[in-house]
Amino acid sequence: MPKLTVDGVELEVPAGATVLQACELAGKEIPRFCYHERLSIAGNCRMCLVEVKPGPPKPQASCALPATEGQEIRTDSEMVRKAREGVMEFLLINHPLDCPICDQGGECDLQDQSVAYGRGASRYDENKRAVTEKYMGPLIKTVMTRCIHCTRCVRFSEEIAGVDEIGALYRGENMQISTYLEGAAKHELSANVIDLCPVGALTSRPYAFEARPWELKKTLSIDVSDAVGANIRVDSRGREVLRILPRVNDDVNEEWLTDKGRFCVDGLTRRRLDKPWLRLDGKLQAATWAEAFAAIGKINPGSSVAVIAGDMVDCETMFAAKKLAGALGSSLLEGRQTGLAYDCTNLAAVNFNTTFAGIENADAILIVGSQVRDEAALVNVRLRKAAKKGAKVFVVGPEWETTYAATFLGDDIAVIAKLPKEVSDAFKAAERPAIIVGGAGAAKGGIEAGLAFAEKFKLVRDGWNGFNVLHFSAARMGGLMLGYAQAGGIADIVAAKPRMVIALGADEVDYTKFAGSMIVYIGHHGDKGAHAADVVLPAAAFTEKDGTYVNTEGRVQYAEKAVFAPGDAREDWTILRAMADALGVSVGFDSFDALRAAMIAEVPALGTEGLAGYGALPEAPKVVKPEGMIAYPIKDRYLTNAICRASPTMQRCSAELLHGETFAEAAE
Amino acid sequence: MLEDRDRIFTNVYGYQPWNLDAARMRGDWDNTKDILAKGADAIVEEIKASGLRGRGGAGFPTGLKWSFMPKQPDPNRPSFLVINADESEPGSCKDREIIRHDPHKLIEGALVAGFAMRARAAYIYIRGEYIREAETLVAAVKEAYAAGLIGKNASGSGYDFDVFVHRGAGAYICGEETAMIESLEGKKGQPRLKPPFPAGAGLYGCPTTVNNVESIAVAPTIMRRGAAWFSSFGRENNKGTKLFQISGHVNKPCVVEEAMSIPFSELIEKHCGGITGGRDNLLAVIPGGSSVPLVPAAEIWDAPMDFDGLKAVGSGLGTAAVIVMDKSTDIVKAISRLSYFYKHESCGQCTPCREGTGWMWRVMKRLETGDADPAEIDLLYEVTKQVEGHTICALGDAAAWPIQGLLRHFRPEIERRIADNVREAAE
Repeated sequence: MPKLTVDGVELEVPAGATVLQACELAGKEIPRFCYHERLSIAGNCRMCLVEVKPGPPKPQASCALPATEGQEIRTDSEMVRKAREGVMEFLLINHPLDCPICDQGGECDLQDQSVAYGRGASRYDENKRAVTEKYMGPLIKTVMTRCIHCTRCVRFSEEIAGVDEIGALYRGENMQISTYLEGAAKHELSANVIDLCPVGALTSRPYAFEARPWELKKTLSIDVSDAVGANIRVDSRGREVLRILPRVNDDVNEEWLTDKGRFCVDGLTRRRLDKPWLRLDGKLQAATWAEAFAAIGKINPGSSVAVIAGDMVDCETMFAAKKLAGALGSSLLEGRQTGLAYDCTNLAAVNFNTTFAGIENADAILIVGSQVRDEAALVNVRLRKAAKKGAKVFVVGPEWETTYAATFLGDDIAVIAKLPKEVSDAFKAAERPAIIVGGAGAAKGGIEAGLAFAEKFKLVRDGWNGFNVLHFSAARMGGLMLGYAQAGGIADIVAAKPRMVIALGADEVDYTKFAGSMIVYIGHHGDKGAHAADVVLPAAAFTEKDGTYVNTEGRVQYAEKAVFAPGDAREDWTILRAMADALGVSVGFDSFDALRAAMIAEVPALGTEGLAGYGALPEAPKVVKPEGMIAYPIKDRYLTNAICRASPTMQRCSAELLHGETFAEAAE
Repeated sequence: MLEDRDRIFTNVYGYQPWNLDAARMRGDWDNTKDILAKGADAIVEEIKASGLRGRGGAGFPTGLKWSFMPKQPDPNRPSFLVINADESEPGSCKDREIIRHDPHKLIEGALVAGFAMRARAAYIYIRGEYIREAETLVAAVKEAYAAGLIGKNASGSGYDFDVFVHRGAGAYICGEETAMIESLEGKKGQPRLKPPFPAGAGLYGCPTTVNNVESIAVAPTIMRRGAAWFSSFGRENNKGTKLFQISGHVNKPCVVEEAMSIPFSELIEKHCGGITGGRDNLLAVIPGGSSVPLVPAAEIWDAPMDFDGLKAVGSGLGTAAVIVMDKSTDIVKAISRLSYFYKHESCGQCTPCREGTGWMWRVMKRLETGDADPAEIDLLYEVTKQVEGHTICALGDAAAWPIQGLLRHFRPEIERRIADNVREAAE
């Protein structure tokens, strides 16, 4: 713990801290462009210069200088002031004066810092440098003349994403940042460079010229495009959500967000269900709410009701539907739309127990049937960190491009029962071994086999639980906590032949199997579920309602309502409450608060933010015989849910980045 | 004047062949085993005692530098010696003469120095434009391997030592030690942040020492003739002999080995046949390669040519590349050309150098013809001050110093040009 002084104030800093961190601990603001907590230190912008004694008689880059005992650091001296002013001037001489037409305006580090640390006027009379735009794909808009060469984007793609997509060309004042051969940035986290870029060189293409940051209402929410539950901020103006940005949460998404979670926004205003629809003579026809509820009242299903929850619904909606079904005398609830039927009696066996932050410390990892980059890109970032620390990674399943060294053990899941010596040796020697079973693995008995594996290699030990199931849908863990699981999966529901099926945004179900049922679809997009429905009730998307979500770690998180649902659409719980009246039963709540209170009374864990905690793993079944070829469920990572499918941006990503279509650039 | 018997580089003019047989006749590889038998620490001590300072420009004591290397290298993190033969400083041409005419001095030096710092191998990073020199060097390394002088059991010493030759691709910045290491690793040649210093984490993250060709090539001779002999030349703190490279307006430009601290006048009169047009025709001298400030005629004439002597006149010894300019020189244009060089060679990594070198060159370009406002002279000086000392490596300083030297000594000349330009415009 070195002791040092910052501007005359003595303080103690943690060992290994840099001078910049020491200054921050002392409450001094150090301007910076290239330095970023989650990236390696480049030290190239020179904005963070401070005066340090002992040392050479010139200012030092504080981001790269280790704090040592007895240092005298000055951030307020004339030398430092001049150094900052000088660097700021250099950064600005070739930076265009186009703040009025720049999308970064209002949230630009260069703007802010030039006000605070720059000189008042320019002394540069020469011509400014112009740099040609670089094409970086459908998500990232470039204005490379604005680039200040901080290389944050280069370091992000190399270090965090693990792909060599972005780099610097040429040298000196001709240096340019570009993607390789000016191709599109293709990895699933590419748009994070937009947040990282301290200036307006890399901005969001779909959001270009949409709004200024100060016009936007900021709402804290949770990403529902996968089961990671990334913390997001929803920026809206009026009734429209304009963009989604990641929030910092070191336990979940650090400060990254998948491209899908960020850019599905434009899907929220397209293909929306904004009025009720009824199927008359085989065709869906617009109706009023009164007509819709009258039609539901006529179904008169008795207790022959089932509820199928989709991938993006919140716990409150599922709980309200559960109460409705219960009032009608049914407990046919299921959320695993595609037919998965793993055992859910002990939720610890279907949970990501190691936690995302914890998996970074694993030293041997077996992935069973998960294309992690598609299913949980932010977990893949953690796995990459673990691999960089030396973890050995093995994968059972068809090969995919990992961003770290990994050994593929073949498509046949049977390999878990008879692992090659190399693999079993690695797990025997490992101090923190872990297994991750994905949906494709769970479909072939991977969870049972995983539990047996966990017992064999003692994956649960002091302070460490290495057994993990990686879900893909945001509603999954919440659904399982609320009992949305039949022993035989959705097949049980099909077998029960319910007269009425309430589909809560369920778009992945094979509805042909419910040919004899009346399907009441409560959802927000005119997608597959609505096409199959007999009654369509327009509901709210995740940005349009308060809600509780549980991610695949079992982490309970709350999202807030940002905007109102469009047209006649209503929040899901109010629809279910009104349906109870139409069906002549009582569900026992009249307000959202009462609903939430009832839900928490039934499942207390949903009442506190944070890990729910499911206790110890069950004993592994005595005999496990995993067999079958693993096939990953996600065919197109940009089109995995109704919002994405309605999003032109996601459609274009799919067409261009996955299917190689080319798009002519419109002349600007 | 240095006597012939005290010269280290006896074939610097290439009157004899460069090959191993000829090199042996000149005394190279003579019982190298005995030198190594003295032990690593003894060699380092001897080099320390000789007072040898790095010949690449910065003048850091060589023996001291070697002593920073780990005494017991970790087998998983071997130590490396990197020899900087990326001689790109305008004016410098000594390493070229060593490599093309006396490569075995360098290779033997690599073994001695590498052994002394317990290095596993030496990498010689040779400037890309030195094509013939690289051919000679590669051939000489091959000869040395074939004769068992390096490689397994090098020179019968029981020590395994490899020498690799790596050709650069024409970037001046790769002469900076950490940029050289990056380039050797196959990356873009950009200097690294220090700390960590190469001695802690250098090439491939292993302990590394980067030395100039000349510093390495003199080591075997120092070991044979003793530290006392070497330190008998030059003033205190500036010991030894040195290759001076005199170019520009002298009657006979040359590369010559001389004792350190030789007065400038003696160097010019004895070896270069004097200034063209006589002593009175001398305008200014850049005494250490393009990155040191120029010194006007009056101040340089009696200055001793060594680290401290040239520092006293506001310049530096650098690589001892003496660029002589007589009164026919357009001094502003000359310095402006150097500014262009630094603008062209800046790696672009850090802000002050990337943006500042271009700015300085553009102002210099206008000052050539006086197309500027007098206030811009002060502006230019301030810009050089904003670059100097604010960058990752020394290229920023190197770009700033020549301009500072010009402004310090030739400000009236620039002001005259501006005034003339204004007058012409008015007419």
